[in-house]
Amino acid sequence: MIAPPPAGPVPWDKGFAQKLLADMLRIRRMEEKCAELYGAQKIRGFLHLYIGEEACAVGAMHALTADDNIVATYREHGHALVRGVSMNAIMAEMFGKSAGCSRGRGGSMHLFDAATRFYGGNAIVGGGLPLAVGFALADKLQGRRAVTACFFGEGAMAEGAFHESMNLAALWQLPVLFCCENNLYAMGTALARSEAQTDLCAKAASYAVPTLKADGMDIVAVHEAMKLAAAHVRDGLGPFFLELQTYRFRAHSMFDPELYRDKAEVEEWKARGPLHTFSARLKAEEKLTEEEFLAFDARANAEVQAAVDFAEAAPWEPVEDLLKDVHTP
Amino acid sequence: MKMTYREAVRQAMHEALAADPRVFLMGEDVGKYGGTYACSKGFLEEFGPERIRDTPLSELGFVGAGIGAALGGLRPIVEVMTVNFSLLALDQIVNTAAALRHMSGGQFSVPLVLRMATGAGRQLAAQHSHSLENWYAHIPGIRVLAPATIGDARGMLGPALADPDPVVIFEHAQLYNLEGELPADWRCDIASAAVRREGTDVSLITYGGSLPKALAAAEQLAAEGIAAEVIDLRVLRPLDTATLAASLRKTHKAVVVDEGWKSGSLAAEVMACIVEQCFFDLDAPVARVCSEEVPIPYAKHMEEAALPQVPKIVAAAKQVIGK
Amino acid sequence: MIEFKLPSLGADMDEGKLLEWKVRPGDTVKKGQVVAIVDTSKAAVDVESWSEGTVFELLIEPGETIPVGTVMATLLEAGERPETAQRTPRPAPAPKPAAPTVAPAATARPTPAVAGRRRISPAARKHAEELGVDIETIAGTGPEGAVTLADVEQAAAAAKVSPAKTAAAPDKAAEMRKAIAAAMSRSKREIPHYYLSEPVPMRRATEWLAKANEGRPITSRLLMAVLQLKAVALALRKFPEMNGFFRDGAFQPAASAHIGVAISLRQGGLIAPAIHDVGEKTLEQLMLDLTDLVKRARAGSLRSSEMSDPTITVTNLGEQGVAAVYGVIYPPQVALVGFGRIVEQPWAENGALTVVPVVTASLAADHRVSDGHRGALFLAALRDLLQQPENL
Repeated sequence: MIAPPPAGPVPWDKGFAQKLLADMLRIRRMEEKCAELYGAQKIRGFLHLYIGEEACAVGAMHALTADDNIVATYREHGHALVRGVSMNAIMAEMFGKSAGCSRGRGGSMHLFDAATRFYGGNAIVGGGLPLAVGFALADKLQGRRAVTACFFGEGAMAEGAFHESMNLAALWQLPVLFCCENNLYAMGTALARSEAQTDLCAKAASYAVPTLKADGMDIVAVHEAMKLAAAHVRDGLGPFFLELQTYRFRAHSMFDPELYRDKAEVEEWKARGPLHTFSARLKAEEKLTEEEFLAFDARANAEVQAAVDFAEAAPWEPVEDLLKDVHTP
Repeated sequence: MKMTYREAVRQAMHEALAADPRVFLMGEDVGKYGGTYACSKGFLEEFGPERIRDTPLSELGFVGAGIGAALGGLRPIVEVMTVNFSLLALDQIVNTAAALRHMSGGQFSVPLVLRMATGAGRQLAAQHSHSLENWYAHIPGIRVLAPATIGDARGMLGPALADPDPVVIFEHAQLYNLEGELPADWRCDIASAAVRREGTDVSLITYGGSLPKALAAAEQLAAEGIAAEVIDLRVLRPLDTATLAASLRKTHKAVVVDEGWKSGSLAAEVMACIVEQCFFDLDAPVARVCSEEVPIPYAKHMEEAALPQVPKIVAAAKQVIGK
Repeated sequence: MIEFKLPSLGADMDEGKLLEWKVRPGDTVKKGQVVAIVDTSKAAVDVESWSEGTVFELLIEPGETIPVGTVMATLLEAGERPETAQRTPRPAPAPKPAAPTVAPAATARPTPAVAGRRRISPAARKHAEELGVDIETIAGTGPEGAVTLADVEQAAAAAKVSPAKTAAAPDKAAEMRKAIAAAMSRSKREIPHYYLSEPVPMRRATEWLAKANEGRPITSRLLMAVLQLKAVALALRKFPEMNGFFRDGAFQPAASAHIGVAISLRQGGLIAPAIHDVGEKTLEQLMLDLTDLVKRARAGSLRSSEMSDPTITVTNLGEQGVAAVYGVIYPPQVALVGFGRIVEQPWAENGALTVVPVVTASLAADHRVSDGHRGALFLAALRDLLQQPENL
């Protein structure tokens, strides 16, 4: 099933539309800064950027409530930020500072935040899916109307964990929203080179789970599809599989030689970039002025700068605390 | 000839692929991407997609397929990107590859080579920093190798492929950039430990990514008048205990350096062997420097504190010597 | 002025080699623009600028390999003029990224000593037994106050050397005496000694020695003791059962002859440190070694290996004027060779009676390892070797 293309004008009021645009800008500016800081070795380890895919996280998160659970991957900065984790805490985490949302122990790949029910930050491909099934099981058994939204890439669908989780969620009719961000490449392996069945919804449907496909570069399509899916799950109708077709503009991790895809292909997708297409559309519908856009951009940059200053100034965790939190004291 | 460890691994695989049509390489991103650690760059173009096979992220599946292909007459080199992801394939390795020969009454052998990166030190945090060589070294039926030098990176693959049984090769991620001279006599066995530095006062016993640290510690100790012998285990299963015993008979003291967590570590096994075989040669309790028992943290200073480091090795050596 | 530094492009990148500049001085650079291509050890990668400006200087040449963080180029910020901008000296290697330095966490210490049992290393306990040293009298200096191999060796050495130290530590003398007592008691308790002796004519040796010493300054003259040591070492080659250790119920022959030389100390006492590999050394070298050993023995600065390595002992009490020596074997050695005074005595040779210098060579040997027959052949061989001093 494919979500109907959002016909006509953006079906949102100006305030909501601008809010989502502003959130995409916040992710973009934050991650551009992260790339720069990685080059300067302030941020280290692996750094998987979401640049190009922002419409997915922003459109999806705004369809969820505070009671819902989020399980994400190692490409999760945007999800955490839109979910409500402060940029300060995210930036400090990437700096490895104790003011980070995981006390500096997790870094880029392991953002966690109990207050916003953000369960990370999973760096083993497919590792989050069984976990999501369990959250949904707990919600169902305890009578909560929460949705567990589980984000993963299309590469995870080759893992056994995907298939086992789909089957469990469907068998037990659990409230899991499987949200596949299909950016076409599992690291360097194109979808067609890793899946015999490239129609991901067809795979999911084989588990008797309803599915929907949406244009992940179009925030309107993402959000409307996500609303439908979330309503289905929240109403107790069992799991749902949503495929968001998207593209990452940058390398898999900080750098790779990108031997696996054409520069022309990247440029083609960049032309469909969610930020400029959505802001152009809002401007055309007179829901946004250039001044407003620049103001959002300036605000995002200021937030980023403040987060960097915060992270710079934040203290390191004392090394004596190394052995803390392995077991409950 | 000067080269990197990465290049040595590449040349070893290249030689194997060129020499034997039964040899093929498969794993995640070994083809188009050129290998996560760039060890198979250019192979896809040279040997083609039949022999350089990119796999989906299906570790259990493709490792198991490697076992089957080995049974079917091929000589697969299966690259599991890192030991962290090999956990998804453990069932096939332990329950099939390692057990098959014995449980079939000796009818089948599995001539499979599994390569994977291992270890911490690049701030990759808890899920990408494992050093679980010891888990594999626990399993009868597989041979476990830890090339720590450019010569071993070049030389160990050949005999591993010639071995009729499964061989697991651990390449410490910190070693790929290591540059040095490829020794003229890089051809080597996959049975014995090596004395990397001679000494009389204390034996530093280690393997893999900790070897450069142990050698640096020995250098520091030498400046203080302590002659440390450095033993590179090379083969983690089966352990070459004769080389250990010979060293202990000379030095009477040992420090085992192992990036694995201390409890149930390979260091623990080495210490047990020393106590079993060299008790009356010991002049001090055997010490070990292992990783602190925490998931490896991301922050640089915390990660450094969690891992074996040169000052810790020096301190442990001095402690057993009583200085 | 903006510094454009080589960025880190991946978790495993420490340095990079500049392949190509994509900009030239004077070019305007936009944020995100690719300015250079750099080869990490894995691949050639486009490197982008995170700043906007005008390229002022390119500081790195294509082909150069530089660490991450090295300034590669400078950019002029908006408003900066090239005429006023400072030229940059060639960059120094970049400092390591900032992170707090960490003291190594303390390694685990063994638990403190349990009362009632002294800490003695297994190797020390075994070695003390071999040397016949009473381990209970030795103070430990190892980890947690444990008695170590070195402690045992030092105690064994002190047991013989210690007169020099007697004044400072009066109980050392008692300790030494105790150690000798233990070793000699053990020897007589455990080793079934047998004794042989043989008069050895020394005319040829004395004549050869006199000639060899002609023209030599006093300090480099050879002593007869050196010829005797070399002769013993060469004889041992044919009789390996005299050379080695009896340990754990079995004889372990030694590969080389490390001869313990009994040295009497001026203050009294006796010590028998080793000259290593006597059979392989020239007489001149042996003389140097002996002089050095005597000097150091009397100064109390012997090496522990010299105390633990002797595979046989040679004692020469000729200076003291005795005719022959029947010694006690030093365990775990299996033999001791003694030489007495060289005396002129009547000697029947070829049916005629002459007077020749003669020395009595004696052998105390371990009957568990060798028999009198072999011992006799050994002494005969020693005698014959001393008749050909030029071959020593």
